[in-house]
Amino acid sequence: MSVEFDRKIHNTLADANLQLAIYAATGRLKEKRSETVTADALPEYEELRSQANAVKKHTIENLDYYLEEFERNVEARGGKVVYAKDGTEVADFVRALAKERGARLIVKSKSMTTEEVDLNERLEHDGLEAVETDLGEFIVQLAHQHPYHIVAPALHMTRYEVADLFTKRLNVPRETVIEKQTAIARKVLRQKFLAADIGISGANFLVAGSGAVVLIENEGNIRLTTSAPKIHIAIAGIEKMIPRAQDLATFLKLLGRSGTGQLLTVYTSFLSGPRRSGETDGPDEFYVVLLDNGRTRLLPDRGKRQSLYCIRCGACLNACPVYRKIGGHSFPWVYSGPIGAIITPQFMGISHEPSLPFASSLCGACAEVCPIKIDIPKVLLELRSEVKKAEVREKRNRLEKLAFRAYAWLMTHPRLYEMAGRLAASAAPPDGSSWIRSVPAPMNIGPLRAWLSQRDLPPAPARSFREMWRRR
Amino acid sequence: MSRDNILHRVRTALGRSAGQGVADPPPVRIRIPDVDMEQRIATMLAAIEALAGKTHRAATPAEACAFVAAAIEGKSAVASNAPYLAECGISSLPGVRSGITDREELRGVCAAADVGITSADYALADTGSLVMIAGPHEARLVSLLPPAHIAVVPRERILTGLDELLSILPNPADATSSMVLITGPSRTADIEQILVRGVHGPGQITVVVVG
Amino acid sequence: MGNRVSLFVTCIVDQLFPKVGMDMAGVLERLGYEVDFPEDQTCCGQPAFNTGYRDEARTMARHFLDTFESSERVVAPSGSCTSMVAHHFAELFQKEPETLARVHSLEKRIWEFSTFLTEVAGVDDVGARLDDVVTFHDSCHGLRGLGIKDGPRRLLERVRGLELREMQPAEECCGFGGTFAVKFAELSGAMARTKIDAILRTGANTVVALDLSCLMQIQGALSRAGSKVRTMHLAEVLASR
Repeated sequence: MSVEFDRKIHNTLADANLQLAIYAATGRLKEKRSETVTADALPEYEELRSQANAVKKHTIENLDYYLEEFERNVEARGGKVVYAKDGTEVADFVRALAKERGARLIVKSKSMTTEEVDLNERLEHDGLEAVETDLGEFIVQLAHQHPYHIVAPALHMTRYEVADLFTKRLNVPRETVIEKQTAIARKVLRQKFLAADIGISGANFLVAGSGAVVLIENEGNIRLTTSAPKIHIAIAGIEKMIPRAQDLATFLKLLGRSGTGQLLTVYTSFLSGPRRSGETDGPDEFYVVLLDNGRTRLLPDRGKRQSLYCIRCGACLNACPVYRKIGGHSFPWVYSGPIGAIITPQFMGISHEPSLPFASSLCGACAEVCPIKIDIPKVLLELRSEVKKAEVREKRNRLEKLAFRAYAWLMTHPRLYEMAGRLAASAAPPDGSSWIRSVPAPMNIGPLRAWLSQRDLPPAPARSFREMWRRR
Repeated sequence: MSRDNILHRVRTALGRSAGQGVADPPPVRIRIPDVDMEQRIATMLAAIEALAGKTHRAATPAEACAFVAAAIEGKSAVASNAPYLAECGISSLPGVRSGITDREELRGVCAAADVGITSADYALADTGSLVMIAGPHEARLVSLLPPAHIAVVPRERILTGLDELLSILPNPADATSSMVLITGPSRTADIEQILVRGVHGPGQITVVVVG
Repeated sequence: MGNRVSLFVTCIVDQLFPKVGMDMAGVLERLGYEVDFPEDQTCCGQPAFNTGYRDEARTMARHFLDTFESSERVVAPSGSCTSMVAHHFAELFQKEPETLARVHSLEKRIWEFSTFLTEVAGVDDVGARLDDVVTFHDSCHGLRGLGIKDGPRRLLERVRGLELREMQPAEECCGFGGTFAVKFAELSGAMARTKIDAILRTGANTVVALDLSCLMQIQGALSRAGSKVRTMHLAEVLASR
């Protein structure tokens, strides 16, 4: 794996406090989710999952149709749709609009899609102030970091770190009581909401049949972002599309429960177009930016296309024994956890971090909890195969390829396999009852060394099974 | 032009051509349970209380009005223009600003008020949610800016849940630019996973069911 | 219905834990099965498949199909190897209809050991005795790939003198994951240590599982930690008298 990846994993594993924070936070979310999807709590759970998968499959397979339907309906309600092929085009659009309107201050609600394109950084270059308003995002923005987890952006920080951050960046007296820290943020951000020229949100769902964006949250910052400023821009990946408002009866039941164990989050907003005549408040202008940024590269592959069904609930992160150890910041891109492991190589190319698909024990916990039944392990296995094919083409890692070819060859020659086994056993210490702690230096290389760095090795038995069987 | 480019890429990836139609999507899944009104009310009040919201049952609009009057005693309040609130006499209670139709004025009043009072277009029993449809009768900020929110809802508007709402309103975009489901007080657990209420939206919510 | 069963012992049993294979055979014979061991067997190819080397996996899968062509029933002391055959062989031969047909035939004839006992032999009680306090580790492939959860517990509960304690949390991966264990050694080790913490909290003396890859990881970690807790494969427990 890359040195960077290895280092980040190592540093996270070595930080005992962080280990506790990640494990506890994800454990709690995992627990809450499971309480809401038991056979008693939600007897129709499996049915809903199948329905969600079927609806997403249909939508993605006919995505062009639904994109156009969405566009028509947005425009029928007085909104505008803009297509952006990448982050540059998103930023260009926002900057141009801001300039035209003389806008300086932007409030933003949590959106992984905008993280994906580093929107805030791009806007800041033009002298625009873009303020994150979700408490966790506000905190990581002040810290100049990426969010740690899809649902809990500041999972990795303690109240003391937040206190230091607020004192340093907001110029307030040091405050370590969490309720009071929240009140500080509320006060600061309220001023921003009421003064902002533009509100930028993501979208949990795009509803083709309505020309609407659906947004879920617990704090109220999304409602404020999309209601107080005169301009609302929703930025969403093209894959967020669902056909009908009525499909929300399926998706909303799954999203809240899977993400945080809530039946519904505190606020669910269904927004279509600028305010209508007779509506006292709401934006005068409504834009939806539809982002590609690599999604069309992913689309042709029938096997891996399901990676686009994701509704960003975060359940896979909370279930993943690997995420629960290495946390969000070890991952090479903004998307972490099992979903991050499959979309990162597909959006960024497998050479971005070739070992990423291998950073999994394939335990399947992610697939078990995914509300849309994305077969994440299957996609990981396909990506692994692609990585190895690329290595062969580029003539890299030839030793490993050779070793596996030799092993396959050996396994199709049973007598030789048997001999090789006996040879290896004879090189090992004689059959004792204790496991092996270390081996002599010349042998302490490669996989053997890696194994022994963490655990003991089993002693070789005096006889193999087939020898014992023959002697019966 | 990115639009044509992206649509073209999508079509090529899917093996579809411009203007090609689609097979029907899987039928929507809408299941409306059979639950009588008393049970709905009980479920809804329990759900709201489980979320640390407050509830009150008023037998009549007049009782609802008296309850609200007591709740806002000594506080500044803003009420939406919902006809039902006028019917209950709530819009004209002393200390309540109502009938505002100017956006800037509304924003200023809501930002300064201690309590926002609204009705609700519907309520969802199973989740304890209020359904707020923006229109001349309900502005967005009344239930959002003040730190406390009181909603006064006549019982007939209580539905079993989201499925029933979406079968009555299969396309909310036909009715409004904003439909919001409010399920409990605003909250966050972003710092050390400790729950705090009233982050940006109201930290206190009271639902009064009338009838 | 004949009573012949072919053993697929798996390469890890053959080379490192032969007693498990012998014990499995013993339990089956005591139940009245005639047990054979097709000598050509080597490896199901899972390590290659999981590491992304599908051509190499295909080569081994072909050999496997040949080896077990005429076996009426195949039983393996491993959830992950059984899962490889039952779920992934078909993926390898999508472009070879004839071989695919042989794969589908084999899928119906291969069982993980505990599943064979509870669902084919139809027994919970194999007459075993082991005076011990044990905890059971659910191997991921067995649990999520093959849906195995209750079967082994029912079998363990019928072992005389045995007390079964459940670990909390349950169902968490031990961190083996094939080449993952060496490619991401530190991470794998951290996962193992979390697993053995849960094991030690039960106070059990013995950890039982269906898969030797898990047991190797767990025992390796227990041993490194200086713990006296031992591991046993289910077959070894059921063979105890």
